[in-house]
Amino acid sequence: MQIGVVVYLFLALGTVDVNWARVYAGLERGQRFVMGFLQPDFTSRWRDISQGLSESLTMTLTSTVVGVAISIPIGIGAARNLAPRWVYYICRSIIAVSRALQEIIIAIFFVAMFGFGPFAGFLTLSFATIGFIAKLLADDIEEIDESQAEAIRATGASWWQVVNYAVQPQVMPRLIGLSVYRLDINFRESAVIGIVGAGGIGATLNTAIDRYEYDSAGAILLIIIAVVMVTEYGSSYLRKFLQ
Amino acid sequence: MTEITTYKQVWSYRTPRGRLLAWAGWLALVALFVWCWQIMTERTIWAFVQDAPRQAADIGSRMLPPRWPYLSELWAPLWDTLNIATLGTIGGVFMAVPVAFLAARNTTPSVAILRPIALFIIVASRSINSLIWALLLVAIIGPGLLAGIIAISLRSIGFIGKLLYEAIEETDTKQIEAVSATGATGLQVLNYGIVPQIMPAFWGITVFRWDINIRESTILGLVGAGGLGLKLQGSLNTLAWSQVSVILLLILATVVVSEWISAKVRHALI
Repeated sequence: MQIGVVVYLFLALGTVDVNWARVYAGLERGQRFVMGFLQPDFTSRWRDISQGLSESLTMTLTSTVVGVAISIPIGIGAARNLAPRWVYYICRSIIAVSRALQEIIIAIFFVAMFGFGPFAGFLTLSFATIGFIAKLLADDIEEIDESQAEAIRATGASWWQVVNYAVQPQVMPRLIGLSVYRLDINFRESAVIGIVGAGGIGATLNTAIDRYEYDSAGAILLIIIAVVMVTEYGSSYLRKFLQ
Repeated sequence: MTEITTYKQVWSYRTPRGRLLAWAGWLALVALFVWCWQIMTERTIWAFVQDAPRQAADIGSRMLPPRWPYLSELWAPLWDTLNIATLGTIGGVFMAVPVAFLAARNTTPSVAILRPIALFIIVASRSINSLIWALLLVAIIGPGLLAGIIAISLRSIGFIGKLLYEAIEETDTKQIEAVSATGATGLQVLNYGIVPQIMPAFWGITVFRWDINIRESTILGLVGAGGLGLKLQGSLNTLAWSQVSVILLLILATVVVSEWISAKVRHALI
């Protein structure tokens, strides 16, 4: 085992071909980047930054709302205790497809189909949200307290009424918690998918780095970190409040 | 004896006030959604959106059938991708462990200074995706595997650090007290009281992160950090969609296999 690890490390490190001259030349740039991070320049590209930020934030919210709205029926369909077998398999395969593909790959396709800009990003994030929320919702529905559903069924309730009065109250707090958490994830992802042209703050960041404007890039990264911190604290507070 | 035939109150799920609040909340959400939607689609060119089904059919027809002979060119990038993920995880672990011990309330040497710094490192690393780290590092140290490895390890610090420091804070204080009651020094308490307790969590977190890193390292090449993503970028730029589909299937297979391995290992650990 230990010999295997050593052999692997030797082989793996051998494949890492480092051009030290290039690294050395890049150190100066690295230093400029660190300086840019310490002295961020918010003002000179503020128009681009605010545009990207507003695209990112709106994209995050709309995609979360749409994604959650679509994943509720899929999540119910993917719960073994509520759905017939054929619906279960269809919904589980939708979830599997959505989870297997990374956001960035989906974004490449949506950008190719729908053109550049936040609309492609919105579709990407909605699609990714479906896999996340629907899977966790379905798992949650499968783990509900069956006796409550039994009690409602015993009153002669229809399938809709069982979902509405037995399942929904049990899974609702967790669903809201998950949606808020996904809002947080979607913002982070919206910063990434801009690199392949899906709009948002990621596109602004990519442009800033391409222009070697490290002080603007530093400002954008600080904004991303700040927004992520705010959403993370906000969402954990909200989840605690809801539970 | 009078029989009660009518009830004054009809049972309802919420009080009138609660109902009103719930409605107001939903209304606010809908209004916010519409407002955001308008801002977002302000600059959307709808002609492109309407064109989408035709574009999709076009891309689909170009992607099929996949150009299988291209697979022989992909083994070397796949090996690179696995190395990026594994070496990146190892690097990330080495940096994350001290950060985790500094961030945990019960092991940090100074609550006032070092703990906030460690927490900031964790948050900064977590909020920046590895692709953005790679974008920066490719600009700084040049394209290649090294940028990818460093990007992956920088991103892993936050993940491993956060989960590990939570595990450290949740350790059983009795065992630590028992060890320190024997007159053990701080380092010995760490070594005999805390480390054995967090070891299973540590391996679980590391393998889990390795699995995520495999997933992320497949696309790092999109910004020039080596591996399969580099081939993907090349094929996309030359509009070789039949090669793109081969690469995507390979990525999918890699991700599924790594997920299976990680699930097996974690199952064996817990």
